[in-house]
Amino acid sequence: MSAVNPRPVERGGGALVPSIEVEGLEKHFGSLVAVGGLTFSVQPGEVFAFLGPNGAGKSTSINILCTLAMPTSGKARVAGFDVVTHPGDVRRHIGLVFQEETLDDQLTAEENLRFHAVLYGLDKVQRKERIARVLELVQLTERSADLVSTFSGGMARRLEIARAMLHTPAVLFLDEPTIGLDPQTRSLVWDDVDTLRREEGVTIFLTTHYMEEAEIANRIAIIDHGLIVALDTPERLKASVGADTVDLQTNDNPAALSAIRAAGFHAEQGADKLTVFTENGESQVAHLVEIVGGGVTSVHVHRPNLDDVFLHFTGREIREQAGEAHSGMVRAWGHRR
Amino acid sequence: MRVASPKFSNELRTMAMVWQRELIRFGRNRLRIFTSLSQPLLFLFVLGYGMSSLVGATAGFDFKKFLFPGIVAMTVVSTAIFSAISIVWDREFGFLREMLVAPVRRSSLVVGKTLGGATVAALQGTIMLVFAPLIGVRLTVPLVLQVVALELVMSIAITAFGVFVASRIARIEGFQVVMQLVLFPMLFLSGALFPLEGLPGWLTVLTRVNPLTYAVAPLRQVVFAAQHVPPIAAARFSSQVTVFGHVLSIWSELGVVVVFFMVFFLLAVQGLSKRQ
Repeated sequence: MSAVNPRPVERGGGALVPSIEVEGLEKHFGSLVAVGGLTFSVQPGEVFAFLGPNGAGKSTSINILCTLAMPTSGKARVAGFDVVTHPGDVRRHIGLVFQEETLDDQLTAEENLRFHAVLYGLDKVQRKERIARVLELVQLTERSADLVSTFSGGMARRLEIARAMLHTPAVLFLDEPTIGLDPQTRSLVWDDVDTLRREEGVTIFLTTHYMEEAEIANRIAIIDHGLIVALDTPERLKASVGADTVDLQTNDNPAALSAIRAAGFHAEQGADKLTVFTENGESQVAHLVEIVGGGVTSVHVHRPNLDDVFLHFTGREIREQAGEAHSGMVRAWGHRR
Repeated sequence: MRVASPKFSNELRTMAMVWQRELIRFGRNRLRIFTSLSQPLLFLFVLGYGMSSLVGATAGFDFKKFLFPGIVAMTVVSTAIFSAISIVWDREFGFLREMLVAPVRRSSLVVGKTLGGATVAALQGTIMLVFAPLIGVRLTVPLVLQVVALELVMSIAITAFGVFVASRIARIEGFQVVMQLVLFPMLFLSGALFPLEGLPGWLTVLTRVNPLTYAVAPLRQVVFAAQHVPPIAAARFSSQVTVFGHVLSIWSELGVVVVFFMVFFLLAVQGLSKRQ
């Protein structure tokens, strides 16, 4: 998946500069290190995903890039502007969709968009044009005069995405954009995002802890404990963990894990299974069962997916943490005015 | 299309938009208009008539006429404070973030919010004027204009104060606590409900350090100036504020309100400007 219709960001002599450049970025809260030294860059038109569990430092990083938080050390440039010295320029060139809903639900969809358009300095003509356009992009044109309080969670989310695109930002930040939504609505949201990328050529930076959602990115950074533990395309990440993964369920997972590791395999323990990363998984099954020495209750050989990639690099399953994040969001979305 | 660089005209449009949002929300919530009038009406009619029969009239002038401007001021003050509460709501429901990440000055947001809250408060206070004839307070066109102007000054100052308080408070519960401990004492100590002359020493001191005192007094003074108040009644139901034996003029009272406004406006901008 290559970058489509990239938006050139010009600096100096018109050379292309990265949409996001981050170097040695750190953020401490007292003795807690939320972000422990991030370095990466995102090219114009690219879709870039931060994949990691709750508390990995994803939102803190986004807050710094969006000028809502100050880095403790390190540099970050967004759309060519330094986030510390030129926060105003950064803000003018980014669109933001936060985890929590940030609409005024006592206003109509159109009023919410108009509010945003005025604050971002669009003149009357641009305002009309862009409001119509973004409403069309997320297919909410017919609901424009309705109060947001009458919207479902998914519609509100799509309206927020539309709003974030209103001022034609160079970079669109999506912080867990589908959290708390049902699977059908989630896929609708991703359709919208895909439309935006194709039709507006915006660079997209997203965070998620849903594996299947990270798949839509050109590149994924796996982030854990405030550090990037792996960064590559989804395909190459999957390839990097080995050709196959073998999932084993045994009567005694910890004992089986040490036996398998002692035999020289890279293996990790998930919530209810062991995952072994290996070449030629099928031909290794007999060998693995022999190592464990009985007590194997099930074996499953498959091509690695992103869950396996995450387990491979962090030694933990991302799903273990996903539950918490989800219930937190249900609360945040639950009480609407 | 590239968004234009920050211009003052855009800051003005931002203020206007934030102001307009407050009015749209006020207009959509008719129930709130009525419920927030219920408390001042209770004070005006129940306390007003109740106390009038106890206190009695002096040269035809009674307590409820004295009380009326105080209740109008109370209405303005509490509406202004509760308009400012919407910042805490905005924070709780995320809309504040939408405003804070916009490429506009924080001061434009505070100005818009303050003017919006103030307009709503002045509107509520003006609605209270409808009850003046029932109380026997005579309204004239110049008086109404003076009252509206004073309501605006007062409500701008109080809303700025409320926005400051709201900017320092993370949760709705905290705001309510502060209001119970700050708003009600300030209202009771403002002279809205009783004359400020001949009080015990401690109460005299508390009423004089309360900034609200200097917002309530001008309103009562202009209302009294438009009535026929015999000197003997004016002495008993005094509308004046004396500090160290000096009777303050309406302009020095307003000066105190303006200083109060400036301090809390700057603190409110500062409170909203912090980056983590």
